[in-house]
Amino acid sequence: LPAAVLLKDTKLMDVKLGQLPSWLAMRDFTPGGIAGAFRRGYERYYNKYINVKKGGLGGISMVLAGYVVLSYIWSYSHI
Amino acid sequence: MLSRLVLRAAPAALRALPPPPVAVGVLHATRQLHTTQQSLAPLPPLPEKGGEVRHGLIPEEFFQFLYPKTGVTGPYMLGTGLILYLLSKEIYVVNHETVAAACILSVIIYGIKKFGPDVAAFADKLNEEKMAKALAVKNEAIEGLQAAIEEEKKEQWRVEGRSYLFDAKRNNVAMLLEANYRERLMMVYNEVKKRLDYQVAMQTLKRQKEQDYMIQWVEKNVVQSITPQQQKESIAKCILDLKALSRSAQAA
Repeated sequence: LPAAVLLKDTKLMDVKLGQLPSWLAMRDFTPGGIAGAFRRGYERYYNKYINVKKGGLGGISMVLAGYVVLSYIWSYSHI
Repeated sequence: MLSRLVLRAAPAALRALPPPPVAVGVLHATRQLHTTQQSLAPLPPLPEKGGEVRHGLIPEEFFQFLYPKTGVTGPYMLGTGLILYLLSKEIYVVNHETVAAACILSVIIYGIKKFGPDVAAFADKLNEEKMAKALAVKNEAIEGLQAAIEEEKKEQWRVEGRSYLFDAKRNNVAMLLEANYRERLMMVYNEVKKRLDYQVAMQTLKRQKEQDYMIQWVEKNVVQSITPQQQKESIAKCILDLKALSRSAQAA
């Protein structure tokens, strides 16, 4: 089947629900792999929202909103 | 230049090599050598606008994701339900911080709505200036290089004319030599003519002198030879002749 792609190469949105555990198990969990995943995520966000000619407000406001939510979660027990 | 050719041929030659043997491992059999000409320049231009974000907080892709199943109001209903759930279950606690957050957010949003476009225009202007400067530098460099190309072509054309220059110089030299030769020829001719004239003049002079001397000598001898007796006889004859002539004249 030349059209079939290996499971480890599919993107997350294309993985069927039943294949999810095996897909997660195949991911690269070495420190280098995790650092690579962070870098890839950062590059995707940066190139989509910030590294453009006419960037808008959404680029940084989403980051700040995420920071707000995260700090609320971390300090929930103190409320 | 030849080294550049070798460098160009190297990736093609490397591609022509067979892929590494399969015995190394199953993983390597699927790896491909670089098949595309990846180059870092010129970079592709930046995209004009970033990803769409609605209300400054939620990416547009979320709304498109829910559109087929729930239509346009789906995400808003989801948002309302989520907020009510958080409030009712006290996952989000309403206290003094809520009031502070509300005031701060309202001020921020008012400021953004009022001054947003101006700040955006200012930032765009700064960007434009940067781009214009870079473009100007690039254009100047290109123009300078083209001018250099023109100059180079002109120099090459001038080099072609060098052969004409040497021909002209050779002609000049030949003409000088010719003129010099003719001058000397003329001088030789004049000198020889002078000497020959001298000889001729000598000869004519000598002959004239001889002639004069001979005439003089003949005259002298003749005069000497006329003895007094002959002189008397000749005078008497002349007188007789004169008388005869006068008689004939008288008679006529």
